Amino acid sequence: MTALFLLTRYFSASVRGQLQYPGSTILLAAGQFFTTIIDIVAAWALFARFGPVQGWTFGDIAMFFGMISVSFAIADFLSRGFDMFGAHFIKTGDFDRVLLRPRSAALQLIGYDFRLARIGRLAQGLIVIGLATASLSLEWDAAKVGLALWTIVGGVALFVGLMVFQATLAFWTVESLEVMNVLTYGGVQAAQFPLSLYAGWFRNLLIFIVPLGCVAYFPVLAILDKPDPLGAPAWLLPLTPAAGLIFLAVSFLAWRFGVSKYTSTGS
Amino acid sequence: MPDAIRPYAAAFAARFQLMLQYRAAAVAGFATQCWWGGIKVMVYAAFFANAAPGETPITLSQVITYTWLAQALLVLSPWSGDPEISQAVRTGAIGYERLRPIDTYNWWYVRAAAWMTARALPRALLMLAVAGVAFPLLGLEAWSWRPPADALAFALFALSMVLVVLVSSAFVMLLNISAVVTLDERGINTLVASLLIAFSGNLLPLALYPDWMQTFLLIQPFASFLDIPFRIYFGGLTGWGAAAGLALQAFWTVVMIVIGRAWMVRVMARLQMQGG
Amino acid sequence: MPQILVQDLAKTYRVAERDPGVLGALKGLVHRRWRTVEALKDVSFSLEAGELLGFIGPNGAGKSTTIKILSGILRPDSGRVEVGGLVPYQERIKHVARIGVVFGQRTQLWWDLPVIDGFDLLRDIYRIDPVCYARTRDELVALLRLERLLDQPVRQLSLGQRMRAEIAAALLHEPDVLFLDEPTIGLDAPSKLAVREFVKRLNRERGVTVLLTTHDMHDIEALAERVIVIGHGQVLADSPFEALRRDVLRERWLFIDFVDQAPEIDLPGVEVRARDGRSLELAFDPAVVGAPRLIAAITADYAVEDIHVEQPAIEEVIAKFYDLHGAAEA
Repeated sequence: MTALFLLTRYFSASVRGQLQYPGSTILLAAGQFFTTIIDIVAAWALFARFGPVQGWTFGDIAMFFGMISVSFAIADFLSRGFDMFGAHFIKTGDFDRVLLRPRSAALQLIGYDFRLARIGRLAQGLIVIGLATASLSLEWDAAKVGLALWTIVGGVALFVGLMVFQATLAFWTVESLEVMNVLTYGGVQAAQFPLSLYAGWFRNLLIFIVPLGCVAYFPVLAILDKPDPLGAPAWLLPLTPAAGLIFLAVSFLAWRFGVSKYTSTGS
Repeated sequence: MPDAIRPYAAAFAARFQLMLQYRAAAVAGFATQCWWGGIKVMVYAAFFANAAPGETPITLSQVITYTWLAQALLVLSPWSGDPEISQAVRTGAIGYERLRPIDTYNWWYVRAAAWMTARALPRALLMLAVAGVAFPLLGLEAWSWRPPADALAFALFALSMVLVVLVSSAFVMLLNISAVVTLDERGINTLVASLLIAFSGNLLPLALYPDWMQTFLLIQPFASFLDIPFRIYFGGLTGWGAAAGLALQAFWTVVMIVIGRAWMVRVMARLQMQGG
Repeated sequence: MPQILVQDLAKTYRVAERDPGVLGALKGLVHRRWRTVEALKDVSFSLEAGELLGFIGPNGAGKSTTIKILSGILRPDSGRVEVGGLVPYQERIKHVARIGVVFGQRTQLWWDLPVIDGFDLLRDIYRIDPVCYARTRDELVALLRLERLLDQPVRQLSLGQRMRAEIAAALLHEPDVLFLDEPTIGLDAPSKLAVREFVKRLNRERGVTVLLTTHDMHDIEALAERVIVIGHGQVLADSPFEALRRDVLRERWLFIDFVDQAPEIDLPGVEVRARDGRSLELAFDPAVVGAPRLIAAITADYAVEDIHVEQPAIEEVIAKFYDLHGAAEA
């Protein structure tokens, strides 16, 4: 029985559980949709008042915005167990329960919960991508679609990696998890705008430390057929999402270290 | 201390003290708010670079100060009902609340006020220290949190912040009661959060929205949580304008308390009929 | 080779401390003080396959730390631990596939799912062969009388029903060893009896090794031939329960109702526990004066309406034992 099969079993259990409260699920999805689509309203209001900025139009911003939303929605859907790890597993002691089962802890945490309400953010991302497409009169050919999917793979990997990292921190401090919101929710926020708007040190942070620029800014430039005003070579742009996968691998190494720390100190 | 308010004062003190303990949460909240504020400031600066001075309803330095203020005082906005109360609703412990020989509305109201102010205080001080003191010292004058327009503006701002606590707590009460009614507060909380982001000034200083929306934006209740005190702070609202702003905050406070109290009486009566 | 082997186990923790009051809270924001707690100092014992061991001790004595180490959740600072030839914390996945664990205060079932769906999910998590699974499940369902509960979401079960379902869930993969951590906590009397009866049968008929922690001494009395008492991170006693009773609290109690006012009694090895009008309660040491002799002596001198002998309740025995060892919770 492969891990994938078990995940499908977890998935169906999670969905059946949530369908016991359909009203709540729909409300939450609607809430996600509205709270996240509002940010594009701010961008729209600013463009309406100030006009294009450094050559970027509202359509460009919407494309960055939509792509990162889709990536984050999928990652959030897959990594709820890691996101809630401190509160739902460490504080309650339920991580013991996880360790008492003969499967890897990471697999059980992915399977812990799949929140259907994330559809709200996913829908928002797709609608905003549609808005961008209309506003820019963009033609989607096979290469662009492939590049968009690859960008999303990289983005999902990066955000899942961040949540794994956040969960790992919980082994040391139960309460400080909020600090990771800077990089998850804050990362979405930062990646909504082109890196060229930011100060140099902040740009470098978003490229080399937490490679959000690699799963949004650079590949989306390639989708938009724009050269990088910062001077990154055109051939490099479509390759950058790989950085998300590397980040994920590093996060899992840290996670394994955290699990071994847990078993030596307990809760 | 008169006996009548003793339990409420005790509740406030206990909750305040408890919330102060969450050191890591305060640091984390502060870090998040710095990040958010920093991104916003950089984005605003890029947009303002396009505009001729005098062409914008507020200046860049005012927008920057507004942004830091908004981040510093983020948790004074009524983002959700009191988590302890929604928890009590789910576990059924809500019945115990009715056993206390005190007015439940006042009890919860005081707890909500303590909950918000205790979390806001350390974050606001940290933010002031960084954006208001450290930034100018580091030569980042242009990115810093500036002092208020004048002494009168500061006094009026302080008064307005007191009203923020009162009106926010009144709104938290509405969320608390709706949690008792719906048994699941999350849906309402996220919907309220979107309204709050859009219309309080959290997303964008309300003055930067299109001009045709301005009258509506000022009188709607969400401006009372954030935009009105901030306009007073940097001198956007002075004299009669400031007085009107304060009156509007007081008005919404009263309206929400009246609605909340009436609603609570009905909901609690029903709760007792069901046997808790 | 014993099934469970524990030698010289030691484990320490660090806990944060805070001064009281607002000032303490503010100080805690800046600086935190730590205190080291020795959860286990030097614990050794072994258990043969098929034994049923009661593991008792006051709160904080080290019971759950030991259980956590035995189940592979926690790594000891030093000492040796083996269960069925495996070192639990080194080969966690292999080890946990062979043990069952029930925490009385926690659920391993899925709150919003019907019981049967949770069982099916466990089948896939433990990779149980479908044929074996169906057989074991049906047996457990019959033994624990779960037939009518299978289609109900777990959140709708009463505590007693849920505990029965929990025990079944812990046994679906037919473990050789079962750890029960306070399995009867909060249960009503019939549920407690059902749980005890089932555990007894599991142990006697299937030969499953059981390690039981509890604060309910009736669990111990009903189930465990052997008891380990742990306190301050050390094993204070490891003996059959009756031996423990003999060593700790030998005394018996004699309850007498006299026809007239209760008289003064002064005999060697006898103490007056209580006196109320015509009733008298005596404590006596059976090694000094046997019950028949004592009763004969009293009935010879006084007119007696009713008389009976009792053993001190098991709670009293244990409380006395903790007291003797200074092990009661501080």
